[in-house]
Amino acid sequence: MRIVTLCGMGFGSSLMLKMTIEDILRARGIKAEVVAWDLGSFKGQQADVVVAPDDMERHLKDYPGVVVLISNLVDRKEIETKVVGAVEGLLKGAGGTK
Amino acid sequence: MKLSELIEGRIKLNLPATNWEEAVRAAGALLESKGDISPTYTEAMVRVVRELGPYAVIAPGVALPHARPEDGVRRSCLGLVRLATPVEFGNKANDPVDLVFPLGGSRDEGHLEVLAALARFLSTPGNLEAIRKAKTEEEVLSVFRQHEMEGGAR
Repeated sequence: MRIVTLCGMGFGSSLMLKMTIEDILRARGIKAEVVAWDLGSFKGQQADVVVAPDDMERHLKDYPGVVVLISNLVDRKEIETKVVGAVEGLLKGAGGTK
Repeated sequence: MKLSELIEGRIKLNLPATNWEEAVRAAGALLESKGDISPTYTEAMVRVVRELGPYAVIAPGVALPHARPEDGVRRSCLGLVRLATPVEFGNKANDPVDLVFPLGGSRDEGHLEVLAALARFLSTPGNLEAIRKAKTEEEVLSVFRQHEMEGGAR
């Protein structure tokens, strides 16, 4: 399972998101690689789940993978609900092997 | 380093700004006056918001403008400007913004620690409300100190 967090620079909120998500997944015993990236260098990269601020939606509408959009990047509950929902959906779909 | 130590002397309340650019420039000027960043870094923060849009806004009313270390960070730094009147950054979920935290990141692990601590501070219920209600800069600083004393710094 590979999760990419995105922000404009790859140096601020995407890192915050990455740490929050790592925390949440660790507490739930879900193994995943979480990488922070800026939008510009992300183009063409592969990820099982992309987590981004919801204003980035227009840049991600053609992305083939699962996209999770977050409006409040420091709201742990919003992040947990949306990201865990997406990750568990994928794990079920893959028979839990990923 | 604790957030309270990082932000001490870098808090300004009720700053007038009529748009996002004035707000970001004022936030940059605050760090410049402390020698934390060079003027080129303030310019870079403005450019980033202009080019990348409203991604600096991370939560309702809260912006975290920043650029890259090579744009002119002298040392890892964080400030806080509370605006007299909230301004629009163009972020539909979280506008208008009244709290601007200018951030200058270093290239080392310290930057991650600052971001992690800041994420915890901002996500702890009551902290933002306390900052919005504070009457003096000292009161704002004590919100950070209180948070750290209650274990939020871990």
